[in-house]
Amino acid sequence: MTVPERQATLDANHVEERRKGSFARMLRNPLGLGALVLLTAVVMLGLLEPVLSAHDPNFSSLTAVNTPPFSPDYLLGADQYGRDIWSRSLVAINVSVISGLLGAGVAVSIGTVFGLISGYVAKRTDAALSWLFNLVMTFPALILVMILYPITGGDYKIMMGVFGIFISAGIFRLVRNLVLGVRNELYVDAARVAGLSNVRILSRHVLYAVRGPIIIASAFLAVASIGIQAGLAFLGLGSSQLPSFGLMAGAAFLNIYQHPIQMLWPSLFLAVMTGALVMLANAYRDSLAAPNAVPKKPRTHTVVPPIEETGATDSAASIDGNQDQARSKGNLLTVRNLRVEYPQADGTYRSVVKGVSLDVNLGEVVGVVGESGSGKTQTAFSILGLLPRQARVSADLLEIAGEPISAQDDRTLRRMRGSALAYIPQEPMSNLDPSFTVGSQLIEPLTAGMSKKEARATILALLARVGIPDPLRTFKSYPHQISGGMAQRVLIAGAVSSRPKLLIADEPTTALDVTVQAEILDLLRDLQGEFGMGVLLVTHNFGVVADLCNRVVVMKDGEMVESGDVRSIFHAPSKEYTQQLIAAILDENTTRSDPPAAAPSALNKEHAR
Amino acid sequence: MSNPLLKVSDLRLRYPGTGFRTASPEVLRGVSIEITPGETLGVVGESGSGKTTLGRAVLGLARPTGGTIKFDGRDITHMNPRERRPLARDIQVIFQDPYTSLNPSLQIADILTEPLIAQGTSSQAARNSVRQLLDSVGLPANAAQRYPKEFSGGQRQRIAIARAVALKPRLIVCDEPVSALDLTTQSRVLDLLIDLQRQTGVAYLFITHDLSVVRHISHRVTVMYQGELVETGQTPEVTTNPQHEYTRSLLLASPTADPDRQAERRAARRLLRLANS
Amino acid sequence: MFSFMIRRLGHGVVLILIVTAITFFLTYGAGIPVATNILGKNATPEAIAKLEAQLGLDLPMGQQYLNWLINAVQGDLGRSYFSNEPVVDAMATRLPVTLSIVFVAAALMLILSTILGVASAARPGILDNILQFISVITFIFPTLILGLGMVFLFAVSLKWVPAVGYTDLSDSPTRWFAGVILPAIVLAIGGIAALAAQIRGSMIDELEKDYIRTLRSRGVPERSLLLKHALRNAASPAFTTFSLQFIGMFGAALFAEKIFALPGYGTYGYQATVTGDLPALLGASLFGILIVVVVNLLVDLANGWLNPKARLT
Repeated sequence: MTVPERQATLDANHVEERRKGSFARMLRNPLGLGALVLLTAVVMLGLLEPVLSAHDPNFSSLTAVNTPPFSPDYLLGADQYGRDIWSRSLVAINVSVISGLLGAGVAVSIGTVFGLISGYVAKRTDAALSWLFNLVMTFPALILVMILYPITGGDYKIMMGVFGIFISAGIFRLVRNLVLGVRNELYVDAARVAGLSNVRILSRHVLYAVRGPIIIASAFLAVASIGIQAGLAFLGLGSSQLPSFGLMAGAAFLNIYQHPIQMLWPSLFLAVMTGALVMLANAYRDSLAAPNAVPKKPRTHTVVPPIEETGATDSAASIDGNQDQARSKGNLLTVRNLRVEYPQADGTYRSVVKGVSLDVNLGEVVGVVGESGSGKTQTAFSILGLLPRQARVSADLLEIAGEPISAQDDRTLRRMRGSALAYIPQEPMSNLDPSFTVGSQLIEPLTAGMSKKEARATILALLARVGIPDPLRTFKSYPHQISGGMAQRVLIAGAVSSRPKLLIADEPTTALDVTVQAEILDLLRDLQGEFGMGVLLVTHNFGVVADLCNRVVVMKDGEMVESGDVRSIFHAPSKEYTQQLIAAILDENTTRSDPPAAAPSALNKEHAR
Repeated sequence: MSNPLLKVSDLRLRYPGTGFRTASPEVLRGVSIEITPGETLGVVGESGSGKTTLGRAVLGLARPTGGTIKFDGRDITHMNPRERRPLARDIQVIFQDPYTSLNPSLQIADILTEPLIAQGTSSQAARNSVRQLLDSVGLPANAAQRYPKEFSGGQRQRIAIARAVALKPRLIVCDEPVSALDLTTQSRVLDLLIDLQRQTGVAYLFITHDLSVVRHISHRVTVMYQGELVETGQTPEVTTNPQHEYTRSLLLASPTADPDRQAERRAARRLLRLANS
Repeated sequence: MFSFMIRRLGHGVVLILIVTAITFFLTYGAGIPVATNILGKNATPEAIAKLEAQLGLDLPMGQQYLNWLINAVQGDLGRSYFSNEPVVDAMATRLPVTLSIVFVAAALMLILSTILGVASAARPGILDNILQFISVITFIFPTLILGLGMVFLFAVSLKWVPAVGYTDLSDSPTRWFAGVILPAIVLAIGGIAALAAQIRGSMIDELEKDYIRTLRSRGVPERSLLLKHALRNAASPAFTTFSLQFIGMFGAALFAEKIFALPGYGTYGYQATVTGDLPALLGASLFGILIVVVVNLLVDLANGWLNPKARLT
C-alpha cells in the first residue's frame, strides 16, 4: 500500500543505472546475505515439514497440555490443547510463505500490467484506470477483505488473492508514475523515431527502468500480506484446522497470563520472516543505488566550518603584504589561494577549486569565465558560503568589504549575506519558493531591520525599479504565475534589496531568451552604476562578459588561467587556453558559404534491408 | 534548385487542452518550409516560438491539426505508427539534451544498433557496423561497451549523432544539438555535423535559439516568432540585413564577444527601442 | 474551490453507492442462511419463511437494496438481525471508541513523525540512524505482534495501564486516555517511522533546492528556511501519505480493538461479517466510506492550502 510505494518511489531515481550484477552486489552486503540465508532457512523448514514434524499439528494430547519448551518430544513445548508448537509452526511457515507469494504476486501482476498500460498509453485510458485504482486505494483493504469474507469462505489463499487485488493500487501508482516519467524522456522519443514498436519500447526502455522499484515494493507487499494473513487468522477469520501464526498467536493470547512463553514462538517466526524480507529489500535497494550512493553518505558525519584558514603561520608575511595592498586599493573582495574539496567514496578528497586568488574593487564588474567543470560556480558559492555541507573550503585570505571571514565565523558570513553580500542565481523559476507569494519571500529578509509596512513599500518600489510593469500584482503573485523574465527581475530586486556592496551573479542570463537577456544585462548595468556595487559575474558567455565586465578571470579545471582587463583578454590573450577559448567563439562576420551537398550516396542506400 | 526533400505547407498545431472548455493556444500558426537534399535550414526562435514543435511534427512526435508535411513527395502528415516505421530510415533526430536522449542503462553498442535492428538489419550485421559508426563521429572503438554516464556532454552528443546517422537518413532534425555544450565542444560538434553533411548529403532541419550557431551551419535561415515564420532567406541576407523588425531586434539583442562592438550594439538597440516607443 | 468541493462530494456519493452495492450483493450472494442463524438449526421451515418475509428477505435482490437505500437516505439504517438494536444507535456508541483511538493515533503519528523527520533532515547523524532502526523494527513486528507485546509489557507485566476496556471521554478524560493510549500507540507506531522517513526524504530534497540557497543568500535565518519554507513544500506529499495511513488505521483498528477488547466499530463490522448481519454490515460500510470521503476531502483542502498551484483546479 502506501509504504512500499513510498519506499520504491524514493528509490526510483537511483535505479536508472544499469543494474547488471546488482544481485551479486547485494550478496556482498553482509546484511543482504544474512537476510537471504535466514529467509532461505525458514522457507526450507517449511518445505521439509513432513520430515521434521514430530506430531500431527492438530493432534491434542491431554498429557502434553502446556508442556514447557525444550522438553523431550516437544521442542517448543505444547499449547493449552496439548498440540505440538514445533509441528504447528512448520505448517504455519508454509501458510505465511504462500500468503506472501500470493498477495505480492497478485498485486504486482495486476499493478504492473495496468500501470504500464496507463502510463504509456496515457490520455483517456490513463484517466479511467487512475480513477479506478484511486477508488480501490481510498478504501481500507482489510475491511474489504472482511466484507468479502463470506464469499471467500475463509480460505486464506482466496483471501490473500483478494487482498492482493486491493493492494495492487499501490504498485499501479508506482509503475504508472515511473512510466510517465520515462515516457517523456528523450531516449524514448528517439526510439520512436527509430521505428521501434510500442511493445519493444515498453519492454526495452520502460520496464527496464521500473523493475528495480517493483522488486523492492513486492518485498514490502509480501510483508504486508504475511502480516494481514496472521491478523485475519488471529481474529478467527479462516479455518481453525489449518495452523498459522495468527491462529497460534490467538491461542497463546488467551493463555498470556499463565504461559506467556507460548506467545514468543509465533511472534519470533513472523518477525524473522518479515524482518529478513525487509532487510533483503533494503540491501537490494542499496545495491541498486550503489554506483551513485556516494554523495548522500557524507551528510551523516561531516559538519565542516565554512572557511578554514590554512597556512596562517607559514605564509603570514606574504598575506599581510597582500592584505595591505588590498586595503590600500579599497578592495571589496579579496580572495587568496581559495580551495574547495569534496570527499570521495574512498575517503580521499577531490579538489574542484585549486588555489584561486581574485579581487573585486569598488564599483567594478569582474567576470569569471570558464567551461563546465572549471570550478567557476564553486568559487562563487564558496565566497557566499553557500556550498553544500560536505564541501571543504579553505583559503589563505578571504575578505569581504574589509571584514575577514574565518573558520569559527559562520555568523559573520550570515550577517553579510543579509547586508553587504548578495547573490543572483541562474534559473529564475527554481529559485523562488513556489509556496509563498513573491512579495512575502522578498520582504522576509528585510523585516529583521524594519517594519513590515516599510519593507513592503521598499520592495514595491524596487519591483518598479527593476522594470516590472505592475509591481503590486507581481507582489501578490505566486512564482508560477509570472514569466521567467519577470522572475529574474524579482530575484534581482531581492538581491539588491539589502543594498549590497558586492553582488555575486551566477550565470544570471543563461536561462533566458536573448531579447530578455539583453534587458536584464541593461538592468544589471544600470543598478550597478546606481548602487555603486562591485559585481562578481560568473558566466560561460563571452558576449555577456563583453557587455558588462571591466576585468576577466579565466578558469580551467579549478585553476586560474589568467586574469586581466577585458579588452586585453579579448584582443591579446596571453595564455594558450584563453586563446583557444576565444578562437572557439563562432565568428559573427562569416556565414556558411559552401553550397548544399549533392546527395548521391544517400539516395541509394548501401546497407542491406 | 532540385525538388524539395521536405515540404511543410501551412502547418498548424494545437496541443489538446487539459479540460473540456480550455482550448490551448495554437503553437504553430500556418508554417511553411522547404528543405532540399543536402541543405541545412536553420530555424531560429526564442522559447515558446514553436520551433521545437515544428521539429516534433516532422518527426511524427506531435500531431498537426492542419496543413501538410510531405517528404520526398509523400504526404506523411497523419501516418500511423505502423506506416511511419519505415520512414525511420529517412528521417532521424538529434536532441538537445545529451543526458536524457541516451538511455542510461544501455551500453553504447546497444544504443547504436537499436535503429538498425528496428529496421530489420540482423543483429550481427548491426554489431559489425558499430565500430565504423563510432569512428565516423570520432570516438574510439572501445566506447561500444561503456555506458552513457561515462562520457562527457560533447561525447554523448557524438553518440547521439552516430545513432542518427546509423541508418544513413536523408534528413536529420537537429533540435538545439549544441546548446547544452561548452564553447569549444560546440564548435567541434558543429564541424562534425558539417563534415557528415558533405560526406553523405544529408539535409538538416536545424533548430536553435543561437544566431551565431545558425550562421555557422545553415545555408538558409527562417526566423520564427509566436508560431509564425517572420522571415526566411539565405543566411547572409537574413543575418546581416534583416527585413523584419523582430529579426532585427533579435540580432541586436544577442551580445557579441567584443567589448567595443558590444557597446555599439547596445547603443543601436537603445536607439531602436526609443524609435519604437 | 467551491465547485471543487462539490465535485469531490459527488465522487463520494458515487463511492458510497458502489461500495454498499458491492457489500450488499456479495453478502447476499454468499447465501448465508440468516433466518436459520437467528432461529437456530431446529426451527421449522414455516418459522423461517415467516421470519424471512418479516425481514424482507423474500423480496428480489435489487428491490431489497433499493429499499435499504431509500431508508438510508431518510436516516434509517435498519436494525441488526440479531440484537435488534438500530444500526444508527450502534454506530453512535461504537464509532466514538474507534475514532478515539484512531484520532489519538493520528495525532501521535503526525506530531512525532514531523519532529523526527524534520530533525533528522536538519541534523543528519544519530537521529537518522535511530529513524532507520525504528522503521526496520516496525516492519519486522507487524501491528498484531506489537499490540500483543505491549499488552504483555505494560498491562500484564508492569500493570501500568488497564489491559482492556474503554471509558467515555465525557465520563473521565484521564481514564479515557489511559484506555486509549496503548491501542493508539500500537496503531501509530508503524506509521510514524514510514511518515517520518517520507518527511525526512522530502525535507532533504527541498533543502537541496535552489530557492533555499537563494533565500539563505539573502540572510533568511536557518530556522525559517527549515520550518517555514522547506517544511511547507515538503508537507504536501507527506499529507497524501498521511491520509492513506489514516484510512489504513481504520482497518488496523480492528486488531487493536480485538487485542484490547474495545467495543469499537471494527469489532461491530467483524461480528456482522461473520454472522451475515446485513443491515449492520451495510451500516458499517456506509460509515466507513463516509469517513474515507471526509478524510480525503480534508486532505485535498489542506493540499490546496499548502500548494498554490493545486488551488487553481
